[in-house]
Amino acid sequence: MSTNNKTAESYWKANLGLIYGSLAIWAVVSFGFGILLRPLLSGISVGGTDLGFWFAQQGSILVFLGLIFFYAWRMNALDREHGVEE
Amino acid sequence: MDQFVLNWLFIGASFALYIGIAIWARAGSTSEFYAAGRGVHPVTNGMATAADWMSAASFISMAGLIAFTGYDNSTFLMGWTGGYVLLALLLAPYLRKFGKFTVSEFIGDRFYSPTARLVAVICLLVASITYVIGQMQGVGIAFGRFLEVDATTGLFIGAGVVFAYAVFGGMKGVTYTQVAQYVVLITAYTIPAVFISLQLTGNPIPGLGLFGEHSASGEPLLQKLDSLVTELGFNSYTGHHGNTLNMVLFTLSLMIGTAGLPHVIMRFFTVPTVADARWSAGWTLVFIALLYLTAPAVGAMARLNLIDTVYPNGTQAEAVLYDERPEWMGTWEKTGLLKFEDKNGDGRIQWYNEGSEAFAATAAERGWQGSELVVNRDILVLANPEIAQLPGWVIALVAAGGLAAALSTAAGLLLAISSAVSHDLFKGQLTPNMSEKSELLTARISMAAAIAVAVYLGLNPPGFAAQTVALAFGLAAASIFPALMMGIFFKRINNTGAVAGMLVGLTVTLIYIFLHKGWFFIPGTNSFSDSDPLLLTIKSTSFGAVGAMLNFATAYIVSKVTAPTPQHIQDLVESVRIPRGAGAAVDH
Repeated sequence: MSTNNKTAESYWKANLGLIYGSLAIWAVVSFGFGILLRPLLSGISVGGTDLGFWFAQQGSILVFLGLIFFYAWRMNALDREHGVEE
Repeated sequence: MDQFVLNWLFIGASFALYIGIAIWARAGSTSEFYAAGRGVHPVTNGMATAADWMSAASFISMAGLIAFTGYDNSTFLMGWTGGYVLLALLLAPYLRKFGKFTVSEFIGDRFYSPTARLVAVICLLVASITYVIGQMQGVGIAFGRFLEVDATTGLFIGAGVVFAYAVFGGMKGVTYTQVAQYVVLITAYTIPAVFISLQLTGNPIPGLGLFGEHSASGEPLLQKLDSLVTELGFNSYTGHHGNTLNMVLFTLSLMIGTAGLPHVIMRFFTVPTVADARWSAGWTLVFIALLYLTAPAVGAMARLNLIDTVYPNGTQAEAVLYDERPEWMGTWEKTGLLKFEDKNGDGRIQWYNEGSEAFAATAAERGWQGSELVVNRDILVLANPEIAQLPGWVIALVAAGGLAAALSTAAGLLLAISSAVSHDLFKGQLTPNMSEKSELLTARISMAAAIAVAVYLGLNPPGFAAQTVALAFGLAAASIFPALMMGIFFKRINNTGAVAGMLVGLTVTLIYIFLHKGWFFIPGTNSFSDSDPLLLTIKSTSFGAVGAMLNFATAYIVSKVTAPTPQHIQDLVESVRIPRGAGAAVDH
């Protein structure tokens, strides 16, 4: 039981680490690059406008996609590493 | 072939397909009715969830919202996709592991409290019913415009089709019709967009064309659009003009609200394993992104085409003569969604920003006495193929696509409503001893009743129909999402804390909306307005995120001063966090 608990604990810790990292990126590309940090990116021009506009209308969606697939892939691997897969 | 015949042909064929699927995928058990027997492939579920989520608002309204505002309405793009990151990381895998049939059932079990379950059911019902009104109205309007039947007949036909597959097929029938509806709606959305992008930029991918070069002028498309709109006194398209705090909170509210919508969450109960639920969230966003990456291009290009139609020789030259206007303008004028009024009596259609003080002098100099064209933003996507002079079958396809978007979302919502009634209210509270067979019958009757209510509300929409989406998102964000998330991530949150949190989030959000939109949306009873809101610059539509934070804070504080969560509930949380054993949790 105690080893079980330990496994569960380290599994959950690894999961939380992944979630924190992913949500940090999630916030930076949308609220950051897309809105608050847009003035800082105004020097980088993309197709007649600036990088911030691209992040707000296309970039953040592409990053969201990458994040969800990365999380699914890492978690499914973590399940196996910790022996908690189905 | 006549346009009218083409419309009937495309819409008729798509409806025949949905009914065919309904006959093939009938539900035989409660597990099939509520969760499609938990045997749906993650990619299939992704497609169904995309159709479930993308409503008439995404298909019809969103590109128009972006077209007439530009950058500031990027909030919808980020908000309605970013919510899937929250759903994929924080909710979907765990709720699938929990392995029950409704969102409210998780809240009731995790917080060991029938009160918590009841509060969740009420939030679910209010959010879903308000949301379904808009879909039913969308069905009525689309029928009226494309099939020339009156909106009431259109509504009944739409309801009849939903009845066929939702009452008999339950989640199973809805899943497979949603897959078909996704294919119809994405084809209908993409084809005109590709043609328009080719015409304007030579790039077949609209999302790339948006950042490409405008073929006619050789300038970058967005730069060209910026100069055209500013020449007519409008705000620049790519510029940031709105309030930043409100923009951030609105985006966050849409994200949290999306992740908390029960009809979306319950779709993840249908996949076989926890790992599948994780993949499926990714596939869902892939299928949503196909539309959401195209929508901003559709918006920008439609705005450009519209200006070009009104000022065929450039904004500095004379506007188009009313008698020489293109045919599609005439068609839409009949619906009242496009209006022309010749204020200066010159027989030409001047369209500009009459609200701009800086532009007033220029307008006066040119002999303009007010903007003469009013375009309802909802017609842009539907009129797009006509504006770009595409063939008749594309127009018919777009009509079928708009209906698919509205019907698929309506079915998902009706399913959320009926399972809450039959599973949470009847099986959970009123008649706990009923057999599976009677529960299935109850579920079907609840579904039929939900459709009847939706039709009634679609025919007699309450005056506040336009405000209701904000209400649905506000409730989901302020009550449902925080309760689910705390249930999984914070063991310390107990029954009292959760109920207090939900009630505070819900009440404060409702009051804030009512203060700005009127009590129960009765006009004139509001003390504030969204242009001058009560708190800082936070509009009532952006308040969901604040409500969610209040919910979290209340639940935390109340749980701290009340009895700790019992051991068996802590064990339940532990088991929800680990994928192993999800198969065993299916039956209960």
